[in-house]
Amino acid sequence: MSLFKRTPVAPLEYTRKTWMRGWVGATMFFLYAPLLILMIFSFNDSKRNVVWKGFTLKYYEKAMNNDSLVEAMVNSLTIAGLATVFSLVLGALAAVMLWRFRFPFKGAVEGTMSLPIIVPEICLGVAFLIFFAKIEWPTDLPWPLNLSAITIAHITFCFPFVAMVVRSRLESFNKEEEEAAKDLGASEWQTFRDILLPHMKPGLIAGALLSFTLSLDDFVITFFTSGPDTITFPVKVYSMVRFSVTPEVNAASTILIILTIVLTAVALKLQGVKAIAESH
Amino acid sequence: MSDPQPIIQIRNVSKRFGKVTAVDNVNLDIMAGEFFVLLGPSGCGKTTLLRMIAGFELPTEGQIIIDGVDVSDVPPNKRPVNMVFQSYAVFPHMSVADNVAYGLKIRGVGRGEREDRVREALELVKLGGFEDRMPDQMSGGQRQRVALARSLVMRPKVLLLDEPLSALDAKLRAQMQFELSDLQDQVGITFVTVTHDQDEALSMASRIAVINKGEVAQLAGPSDLYEFPANRFVADFVGSVNIFEGKLTLDEPDKAAVECPGIGKVYLNHGVTGPHGADVWIALRPEKIYLHVPGEGKAVRAAAQDAPDGHNFARGVIKGMSYLGDITLYEIKLDSGEMIRVSRPNLSRHDQEDFTWDDRVSMHWRADSPVVLLS
Repeated sequence: MSLFKRTPVAPLEYTRKTWMRGWVGATMFFLYAPLLILMIFSFNDSKRNVVWKGFTLKYYEKAMNNDSLVEAMVNSLTIAGLATVFSLVLGALAAVMLWRFRFPFKGAVEGTMSLPIIVPEICLGVAFLIFFAKIEWPTDLPWPLNLSAITIAHITFCFPFVAMVVRSRLESFNKEEEEAAKDLGASEWQTFRDILLPHMKPGLIAGALLSFTLSLDDFVITFFTSGPDTITFPVKVYSMVRFSVTPEVNAASTILIILTIVLTAVALKLQGVKAIAESH
Repeated sequence: MSDPQPIIQIRNVSKRFGKVTAVDNVNLDIMAGEFFVLLGPSGCGKTTLLRMIAGFELPTEGQIIIDGVDVSDVPPNKRPVNMVFQSYAVFPHMSVADNVAYGLKIRGVGRGEREDRVREALELVKLGGFEDRMPDQMSGGQRQRVALARSLVMRPKVLLLDEPLSALDAKLRAQMQFELSDLQDQVGITFVTVTHDQDEALSMASRIAVINKGEVAQLAGPSDLYEFPANRFVADFVGSVNIFEGKLTLDEPDKAAVECPGIGKVYLNHGVTGPHGADVWIALRPEKIYLHVPGEGKAVRAAAQDAPDGHNFARGVIKGMSYLGDITLYEIKLDSGEMIRVSRPNLSRHDQEDFTWDDRVSMHWRADSPVVLLS
């Protein structure tokens, strides 16, 4: 064993270099330690989040029974779901349009479309607040229509991400495949459905994941577009934290984290299988 | 074996992309059952011509008639032709069987017949048993067979192949040349192939159209194309050739002579029907020139007796040699200062030792070897 350890470190064997290990370790620590602490203290049998007093699940129970918190969670998931579906369709269409066609002012269209990505969120938030007030968007609609303003705002900043991801996926498409399908008798629509869409799939999955998580944890824009009846989870947590950080917040956050991890894992699994089949 | 009826008629077809003319007033008749090759350098318009037959490009002018029907405005999915693409364009997310079945499925062929025809097509291209493979588990050559099967299963009137062998390695390419010819014999479908590789064209084609700058430079069978090129472009593009400028000094029905500053007097045992004193070019293939050690003067003159004394004979110094195994290629500086390429088969294991750098050599060729080119 000691003999083995003495093998000199090859130039590209970064994993065996001390400074590299230290660097990676520090990165991991600052990334995950806060999350782990948050999760651990969700089981803490104490009102304060400072000292470990013992294991309990009562804050999970409390969070589940907190109607406004549950409502905020349901709102968040609904908005995220709707925003994802709409962003996916809009983004995919935009990507195909930009990839396929040549038209005047294409560069300008492409540029303005990605504006929501680069404009500071706070500006977007204020803009939406003024916009919805100006056009007198109704605020007293029944659920889930009362979420429409937030959903529209979310779609606006989510779909450019989908368009970007799908567009870059399309770059690797071999246009001869499309021609081959037409050559074999397929119509424009059949070609899209059978050839182009399967190729876009990994991009669509990645785009959907991005949209869903972006929408789910958005605070700034949501804060400006939500009314008293349309509290989302991040906004609710913010208002709870203003009084004190109770383990209840930890518990709710832990649920959210696990939910997103599971969703991501499922999506990546789906994408992974496809990606292997498609890498040639 | 071939029906005299043209299956494809290309009538005055031109294609312009903006100011660039890719195809310039081309007229071609492709016969049913033919293995037709469009040969030309890259950018000559041969692929555009093929894509117009497939329907991916529409002619700016002219008509394309397939099997008696003017298809000039018919979209590719409604034409009775199928294409094998340069990249093969095998659908990566479908198994081999699904790839081959795709066109039949679109056409609405029932499952039972579909499965039979897919199996038949895969056996035809020697891929029986590969039905469930995914394309990424196959080699380039196998993917090409999938693309072939996918097109053949549609039983097209014409199969179009765009540079079918360019992505294969040399051994596989040679093998596929034979297989494609065999396949064409078996299925009896008209093949139209685009290639820039003259060996490929010569070995597979029944007829070849050499395309240069969007125009047909010559249309002929492989051996006619090689032995009787119509112009300098064809002579130079198909095979290796020495070209010398000269003046026609004698032109009678059974003989002709050209005076070339480069290689002296060239005598031909046939007439060329060109204007007397005109500028012409002499094309002489490297393998049609005999090399001699200068001392063998008498033997040379005896060998060249089909020409008057002083004709079809030259001297020079070997400046370069490349040993290619089956032949050795010599670069010889003629006494006139011009270079000539001569190839010599290595008939014995020690042949290449006969001549070496800086040796003085004499050359002669037979009176039926040189070709007179008027353009």
